[in-house]
Amino acid sequence: MVKEHNDVILDVSELGVTISRDEGQVSPLNGVSLRVKSGQAVGIVGESGCGKTMTSNALLQILPIGAEITSGQMLYRRKGDESLVDLAQIESDSDEMRSVRGGEISMIFQEPMTAFSPVHSIGNQIGEMVRLHDPMGENEIIDRVVELLDLVGIPSPRERIDDYPFQLSGGMRQRAMIAMALASRPRLLIADEPTTALDVTVQARVLKLIGRLQKELDLSLIMITHDLGVIAHTVEYVYVMKDGRVVEEGSVYDIFESPSHPHTIELLNSIPQSKASVESVMSIGEDEFTDGMDENDILYVQDLKKYFPIKRGLMQRQTGWVKAVDGVSFSVKKGEILGLVGESGSGKTTTGRMVLRVLDPTGGKIFFRKNDGGIVDMAKLSPQQVREVRREMQMIFQDPFASLNPRMPIIDLISEPLRANGWKRDECEARAIELMEQVGLDPGFLRRYPHAFSGGQRQRIGIARALALSPSFIVADEAVSALDVSIQSQILDLLKSLQKELGLTLLFVSHDLSVVRSLCDNVAVMYNGKLVEYAPTEKLFDSPQHSYTAELLKAAPPPDPRAPWLQDYEMG
Amino acid sequence: MNSPVSKQLSSTQEKQLVSASQWRLMWLRFRRHHLAVTGSCVLFILYVTAGLCEFVSPYDPDQRNANYVLCGPQLPRFVDSTGEWYARPFVYGVRLEQGEWSRTYLTDHTIKHPIYFVTKGPEYKFWGLFNTDIHLFYAGTDAPLFIFGTDELGRDLFSRVLYGARISLTIGLIGVALTFFIGIFLGGIAGYFSGLVDMLVQRIIEVLMAIPHLPLWMALSAALPAHWDPLRIYFGVTVILSLMGWTGLARVVRGKFLSMRDEDFVVAARVAGTNEINIIFKHLLPSFFSHLVTTATLAIPGMILGETALSFLGIGLRAPVVSWGVLLQNAQNFQAVSMAPWLLLPGCFVVITVLAFNFVGDGMRDAADPYSTN
Repeated sequence: MVKEHNDVILDVSELGVTISRDEGQVSPLNGVSLRVKSGQAVGIVGESGCGKTMTSNALLQILPIGAEITSGQMLYRRKGDESLVDLAQIESDSDEMRSVRGGEISMIFQEPMTAFSPVHSIGNQIGEMVRLHDPMGENEIIDRVVELLDLVGIPSPRERIDDYPFQLSGGMRQRAMIAMALASRPRLLIADEPTTALDVTVQARVLKLIGRLQKELDLSLIMITHDLGVIAHTVEYVYVMKDGRVVEEGSVYDIFESPSHPHTIELLNSIPQSKASVESVMSIGEDEFTDGMDENDILYVQDLKKYFPIKRGLMQRQTGWVKAVDGVSFSVKKGEILGLVGESGSGKTTTGRMVLRVLDPTGGKIFFRKNDGGIVDMAKLSPQQVREVRREMQMIFQDPFASLNPRMPIIDLISEPLRANGWKRDECEARAIELMEQVGLDPGFLRRYPHAFSGGQRQRIGIARALALSPSFIVADEAVSALDVSIQSQILDLLKSLQKELGLTLLFVSHDLSVVRSLCDNVAVMYNGKLVEYAPTEKLFDSPQHSYTAELLKAAPPPDPRAPWLQDYEMG
Repeated sequence: MNSPVSKQLSSTQEKQLVSASQWRLMWLRFRRHHLAVTGSCVLFILYVTAGLCEFVSPYDPDQRNANYVLCGPQLPRFVDSTGEWYARPFVYGVRLEQGEWSRTYLTDHTIKHPIYFVTKGPEYKFWGLFNTDIHLFYAGTDAPLFIFGTDELGRDLFSRVLYGARISLTIGLIGVALTFFIGIFLGGIAGYFSGLVDMLVQRIIEVLMAIPHLPLWMALSAALPAHWDPLRIYFGVTVILSLMGWTGLARVVRGKFLSMRDEDFVVAARVAGTNEINIIFKHLLPSFFSHLVTTATLAIPGMILGETALSFLGIGLRAPVVSWGVLLQNAQNFQAVSMAPWLLLPGCFVVITVLAFNFVGDGMRDAADPYSTN
């Protein structure tokens, strides 16, 4: 096969991997076949657990302990003499494998902080890679490192060479990571979720960089991601994986425009669509919500602040403040879903947590209208009073794994708020059954423990717990960010229907603009601890007023390969 | 991979697993650690025999046999010197051959003492409750049924090892328990409330950690009232030392509390309105209770070794109390060991016990967190 197409550099056929574990054998890969041509960018897309990362790990023979390649072959054309080797046949720690891995096939990981050693400077680490694959003198190595750092767009590279990984921002670290991957002049680059840990504006720059380098250096690229937007704009050919198999392959246009496999169609349909019904567009200016609490408002936040002291030196002298949230004001109308949007570090989560008094604010007021019509200032309440008000305001957490105590059965988890408020055991059970049905879970599962549930099911359990006391207001902190797209859309649908049914008010904290667009009535944008824009959803997306909002909107790659995306974006 | 447990289990197994509690998952993992399972069997046997030592041992530990001083181990036999088999085991009689420079025990093949099981022997008070004379095995008053041999006063070493086990295996438990209670309590409040309380506890820990233990131990055993018997003095010392030994554990607990205080599931419980006491007892403690059990399993051998070492040095337990360390005192000089190597047998028991505890602790550590996948 390979001989006929001389430009195919990697031909994987029927690759199978088996993991032997205590509980039995699992086969994360059951016959994966894919091909990469020289200079081609190929994408592997799929949800978590589909085997996409396992595929790339198998290619480099860096499988986890207990995992084994059990079938198939991975023919790879070596650089130089163009000889063919079957990577599946050579030992993981053989010289040949080592010279391929890192030398001819390089990898970019998701989390650059863990891929770098924290105790060596980046110049040192990149230099090490240069030395390994290209022996040369010290000064030449430094020149080569500077050249590489320059190539990946790190400003004034000669000065940054002595920096340690922690001194670089996330985006810069990922660039350094790419420089390291390029140090050995590879012919194939595997990027495993290279931008998933990055903010959307940074992601845009890094993706553009990878695209540019791939063309300039004539690299072959395997882009592994769950993000259809990223796939649409970085690769030519796509493999869709599910349950350890490639279920569909085709050019990026074919996949997006005429998908044939039901799973591909499901994935594409899960992309959050913008909210169809545009609510009556009200023009809400900056000053309108600082006046005071409107009759329809359930929550009114005024000049909210959270400062963290910076302490230095032996005596822990305070030298300044980190202003995580710096004078934020907004109001939430009864029955609406307000999106609170921003990148990491913008203060959106801190704001959400202060509203519930999980964190104590440094300053400002949080007025909350209780069911009985009384208004309380959450910022001033004693812990005992806060506990009382929390019957009416609840929270949904981001991580469905961390937010459920693995040591408690579901019934105890869901009825925890009830028990805390003095409900009897049998009352709790009746309510728990009701809640399970409400969030679409079988009440027969009540005696099970969280480890028996998938991420999406756990998030439903988390929602059931939040609903237990029939609150009127819920803060959802990145409630769907940890979920796969298809699960994400199910949870979003559930939230929408619950919100309608129960007349809930939601403060939906998220970094994901497409999710916010599909769910929220109004959106507040945060940047550096400040609220920079507040507008009805459609208005914000159609004509963003603030320059930061505009940049944010532009940066997310649209999940459509033909849609324009940052054609004139500056590298830098 | 976050896939729930595994896809390839049979349906009944799966049904059990999905509703398996923390302890059940731990047990499933522990069971696969063969050394740990063996270790726990060994410990079970040791503690049961130590508990029933009056019944299991054929002699009173203080009973002297002037005829059999430093007599070697006499093993029960089934075959006699002519090659004939017997259903009931027996021991041969022994005769002392006193030379000018040496004393040797010669086996007398003409005398056979049959061993009877669950039979009458020397009278004793079982657990100090009632008098009885039933022993697991016995062969009559003049039979040399010394499985481990005798010491320099002609006392049966096997019986003494069993009586010693009762003391050696239990005396430090109170100390360990106390250590745990204080460590968890102070570490817990320091970690959970932080701030000033934390500062205070931390400084106390640092001061206590700076005090050297061995000299203090010696000083304490001298300072406690002289009219107390050695057992009581030793007990007192372990209690006082446990008042200082909680520091390491307190630090671990504090760290755990500090890190878990802001875990999502704890915040969730707080938002649900659960009060602080319930958060601590329902969420925080269970989350690392398994680690505490592991630490305890690893702390007990430390206390057994401590008892042995101190008694061996003569500053722990002293005769007439019988403990493994006291028994080893007899094996202190080279001459005794070269003449009567069986005096080292109590040391073997220390080794076996400590190894068994360590295996169990190792297995528990592996099983401790059933929720980590790797």
